[in-house]
Amino acid sequence: MTTITTPPMTPTAPERMVVNIGPQHPATHGTFRIECVLEGERIIESRTEIGYLHRCFEKMSETHDYWGVIPYTDRLNYCSPMINGVGYAMAVEKLLGITIPKRAQYIRVILSELSRIMDHMVCVGTSLVDLGAITNFWYSFRAREVIYDLLEACCGSRLTVSYVRIGGLAADLPPGWVEHCRKLIRKDIPQAISELDKLNLKNPIFRLRGQGVGVMPRERAIAWGWTGPCARASGVDYDVRRDIPYYDYDQFDWIVPVEQGGDVFSRYQVRMEEMRQSLRIIEQYLDHLPGGPVIVDDRRIALPPKNEVYTNIEALMAHFKLIMHGILPPPGEVYSCVEGGNGELGFTIISDGTRKPYRVKVRPPCFAVFQAFDEMLRGIVIADVVAILGSLNIIAGELDR
Amino acid sequence: MAGATSGNQSAIPITTYGSPAPARDGVAGGGMPLQWLTTRVDDFINWARGNSIWPMTYGTACCGIEVMSVLSSHYDLARFGFEVVRFSPRQADLLIVAGTVVDKLAPVMKTIYQQMPDPKWVIAMGACASSGGFYRAYHVVQGIDEVIPVDVYVPGCPPTPEGLIYGILELKKKIERGETKPQIAARERAAQIERQG
Amino acid sequence: MSETMGPAAANPTERLLKEELGDRVLAASESHGDLAVEIRPEALLAAARLLKEHPALDYCYLMDIAAVDHLGQDPRFAVLYNFYSLRHGHRVRIRVRVPEDAPVLDSLYSLWPAADWFEREAWDLMGVQFRGHPRLVRILTHPEFVGHALRKDYHSAERHRLSRTYDLFLEEKAGAPPAE
Repeated sequence: MTTITTPPMTPTAPERMVVNIGPQHPATHGTFRIECVLEGERIIESRTEIGYLHRCFEKMSETHDYWGVIPYTDRLNYCSPMINGVGYAMAVEKLLGITIPKRAQYIRVILSELSRIMDHMVCVGTSLVDLGAITNFWYSFRAREVIYDLLEACCGSRLTVSYVRIGGLAADLPPGWVEHCRKLIRKDIPQAISELDKLNLKNPIFRLRGQGVGVMPRERAIAWGWTGPCARASGVDYDVRRDIPYYDYDQFDWIVPVEQGGDVFSRYQVRMEEMRQSLRIIEQYLDHLPGGPVIVDDRRIALPPKNEVYTNIEALMAHFKLIMHGILPPPGEVYSCVEGGNGELGFTIISDGTRKPYRVKVRPPCFAVFQAFDEMLRGIVIADVVAILGSLNIIAGELDR
Repeated sequence: MAGATSGNQSAIPITTYGSPAPARDGVAGGGMPLQWLTTRVDDFINWARGNSIWPMTYGTACCGIEVMSVLSSHYDLARFGFEVVRFSPRQADLLIVAGTVVDKLAPVMKTIYQQMPDPKWVIAMGACASSGGFYRAYHVVQGIDEVIPVDVYVPGCPPTPEGLIYGILELKKKIERGETKPQIAARERAAQIERQG
Repeated sequence: MSETMGPAAANPTERLLKEELGDRVLAASESHGDLAVEIRPEALLAAARLLKEHPALDYCYLMDIAAVDHLGQDPRFAVLYNFYSLRHGHRVRIRVRVPEDAPVLDSLYSLWPAADWFEREAWDLMGVQFRGHPRLVRILTHPEFVGHALRKDYHSAERHRLSRTYDLFLEEKAGAPPAE
């Protein structure tokens, strides 16, 4: 809705105009709203409003079982759905005090890194579309299709995978998956990344629109709670995978890209480099992928295999009990975080000993990033608003939950 | 349907907006060449409208990502005539509501629907837009038909691109048959005017 | 998995908080590798200042603020603050409990601007107010929403419809706590 209203002003004040951007706007990053007061083309003040996709995730988690929350977690950051599920399952497993089998850990990492590549592809594609470079959109979405094929082979769904279970994964990888994945990470995805770079890295228009635009100094980024690629582009050397290592991330050879510019162009560079590092991680995890089960053996947490349920009375009873009574973690409180596509994705889970969580609180990385947006907009020209917004990769599903 | 009962008595050819194909059993329109021509023109207009839809993707959530995939090169919605994707409601005729609509967004969506010029159609893509999805929650609209009229519901969470393309092709057939909600409403309005006048 | 959170044993937070606040530290515990300290609500600002400014603590990141409704207990609400120190790698979770009739805490916006939207969310979904916050209005639900949705006595499917959109400058107080 575009209404132009002028706020009260003194007779000598210059003419000001109020422009409303959103909640429906062509920069297709989701629904949020920015109201700017402009003087000519400069923004004097702005107000950002979110909540246009508040789907009550936390209330839904209180009304569902522990495993019933898993489909809701996919819809948090829907561009990298696997990572949210892994984060949630890790938090519940920490509450239960269990360690999942190695194979499940490695597969979770491989799929999380593939999701991270998908997320950064969306960010690069859509943010460059906003600047007028539409070709990137086609290239990056074509690359996403090949990753969708891999995810669909594992779990039946392209986008909302629901592949994690408390204690491991829903099922093992299908035969031939590892070879197909290796082929993609050696050929198709690096080709797409290098094509994107060829279009953008030395592009004078992108550099003019990106360098020096939307600069967030390092200290302010930390004060606002920025994590992830946006913070690393401002010089904050923090990555949950390296600093609070989980699932053997610290055993393998990869780097955390950090830039010092803090502007739109630096965020682009960090994301491109992170995609390449994700490919390195996936390759190493595939080489070291162990055999074994993909879900923990504990009958209070994981269902027994189906063929045993049909033939063995203990398995049938365990299946029945788990479905009827649910997973019953000990009462307690836990916080666990993973490196999401946009930064530290944390889950605080409080259990009261019953089958439904008492409280699930998500720490969304975009929430902390986007609250600094009003400060970033002060004094800039309105044409830069879209460039900055695209570079922050705000996913409304995660922002509003 | 309204057109079939009203148009066969008078000598003046009645051109109703989006009228259906004339009955061929000799009761309506048989032997009146002008009326036959105008209904052919209507058929042509419907066919043309169905093949050059300008969608406006109102992508709010995960279905928005699937819409982007459908518009991209792999699934390519442009081959069905949906080449021109407009982000302004004033220039679009199909509103694809892709994703969950929440109570905070409902008045905005209603305004956007009202800003679209006639003829306009609505596809509710995904479970959330059709019925609220699995969010039986305090802030989620339980189906966008609480707020605006919907022509085609595409189920799925998210629907696969093939599912969305099927839904879009169903809408095209509906337009060509003259059965979309605005077309039915216009026929009923015309029939009402004729009964009164 | 206790190794996920780093060695909590080397974390001087508990000791320094007890030195500074004395008996306003109600409890300190370590579970699943996390250090959690419960303090009195009056001591929140002093504790936060210590956490931020003491060189051995240096909690530069306020990661998360979570409000919890313990319906049936008194004080009813608990607010959890999650801090992280980039230099030392420590984490701590500070818990503060406020009663139902006076759910007011000091805002940490002056120390960490990151508290801005997290506190607004705690007000919106739980009804906990923060003294000194620059603009405490609803953030996730709409301005005509009635009640606080994450409270245990709020039914999960009870909806409130929105009649129109609100201007963010001219109607900036829509959704604010009721004036005192």
